[in-house]
Amino acid sequence: MSDLRLQDFSYFPGCSLATTAGESNRSMMQAARILGLNLIELQDWNCCGSSSAQTMCKNLSLAMAARNLSLAPPGRPLVAMCPRCLHYLRSTQKCLKSDPETREALEEKWGRPIYTDLEIIHFMEVLSRYGLDRLKANARRSLKGLRYVPYYGCTLFRPPRLAKERYFQGEMENILGALGAQAVPDALSYRCCGSFLSATDPEIVTPLVQEIIGSAAAAKADCLVTACAMCQLNLEMRNTSRAKIPIFHFSEILALALGAEDYEEWFVRHLVDPRLVIRKLAQAA
Amino acid sequence: MYTAQPLRQDVVTPDLGKIGKPGPSLAAEVREQSGTDFYRCYQCRSCGNGCPFVQAMDYTPNQVLRLVQFGMRQEVLTCKTIWVCVGCHTCSSQCPMSIDIAAVMDTLRLMAVEEGVAIGKPNIIDFHEEVLRSLEKYGRAHKLGIMLGYKRQTGRWLKDLDVGLKMLAKRKLDLIPSRVRDVKEITELFQCYWRETA
Repeated sequence: MSDLRLQDFSYFPGCSLATTAGESNRSMMQAARILGLNLIELQDWNCCGSSSAQTMCKNLSLAMAARNLSLAPPGRPLVAMCPRCLHYLRSTQKCLKSDPETREALEEKWGRPIYTDLEIIHFMEVLSRYGLDRLKANARRSLKGLRYVPYYGCTLFRPPRLAKERYFQGEMENILGALGAQAVPDALSYRCCGSFLSATDPEIVTPLVQEIIGSAAAAKADCLVTACAMCQLNLEMRNTSRAKIPIFHFSEILALALGAEDYEEWFVRHLVDPRLVIRKLAQAA
Repeated sequence: MYTAQPLRQDVVTPDLGKIGKPGPSLAAEVREQSGTDFYRCYQCRSCGNGCPFVQAMDYTPNQVLRLVQFGMRQEVLTCKTIWVCVGCHTCSSQCPMSIDIAAVMDTLRLMAVEEGVAIGKPNIIDFHEEVLRSLEKYGRAHKLGIMLGYKRQTGRWLKDLDVGLKMLAKRKLDLIPSRVRDVKEITELFQCYWRETA
């Protein structure tokens, strides 16, 4: 029984995974199901506030993230896949911890307690706790021969305000490496994808994306694997060069290795056709 | 007893009692709000060299810090740089004095909004406002609605149309927004925001 409960997590999808990056959500759920991890969606969650609330009003940004924290039951960690959501949830928790007055005011407003000791972790952290050996034992497809660029984007480990928290550099290589894939180290793994400038000023972002994709092509990678749904979209959407390298969500590659069958449904949503890479994998197997 | 007289008689000595204490300098204000000690900056320019977006900025990040140190409020609050910055923290992680430069940018943006100055990159603030409208209405970001609203504001309907259509075709842009059930809890949170910027 206690072991069962260890596998329960609250899950915060966030706006991207709930909509534009639905394929990331679906594949992650598949992977979790196969591994016996129970991701329980946070009831009636709202947007974490994102860069826009952060830019326009500090109180609003804090309250948006705090409402999600007030919805999370104690006793099981809160998991996020989107690095930005994770960042805002964590920094808000830190804020409320040091500012009990604000926390109490919000608790009173909503009539719900906010547990400031709640663990907030990334999905990769769930996997590393699960154990790479157990993960390997669950693999159904080999990723052998897949040369990928681990693309972390900017938010997963960089925010200085969370410098003392756990960070994730190298985690993707550990996990996908255990499943047989080969990381290509000499590409722009940490260069920012352009974030919301992709929507407002594409002419700034396009050359940056070109550089990132170009570095992956020069390193002879089959694909890039991203930790962040927005990065995935920006890298696909703003790539105007001839090198059309597919961009995968981390969860897609994971679920693929674990034997998920509904991958067609995820891949039709990609702007860059990933089938060539999948065929190559199938042939290698 | 002899009292010193000012040499020029037309100089009025300010009545210090009336003026009261001088307000804090811009630098002190930014330091307080951002929780970042940027007085340590010695203009090595690592931040400017590493920033992926520096080409689109009018001042490099180190120059922004300098403007703040010099108290050049108008210049710094109306510059493009603070809006182009997406907070990727490349600068912060490269700074040899470990100054959280992105946190300074956050603070300057908030100050620009609060003080109602002319915004250096108005299209970016338009976008953020459009996102907030969506959040207020649904509690979650409805990307199609945000993009349409943004286009309406900027009037550039044809820009990026190909990408938008491709995303629609791939069903990446949902027509119907995903929404929070208890929207009242969300709209209440926006009162502070609209009041502050009205």
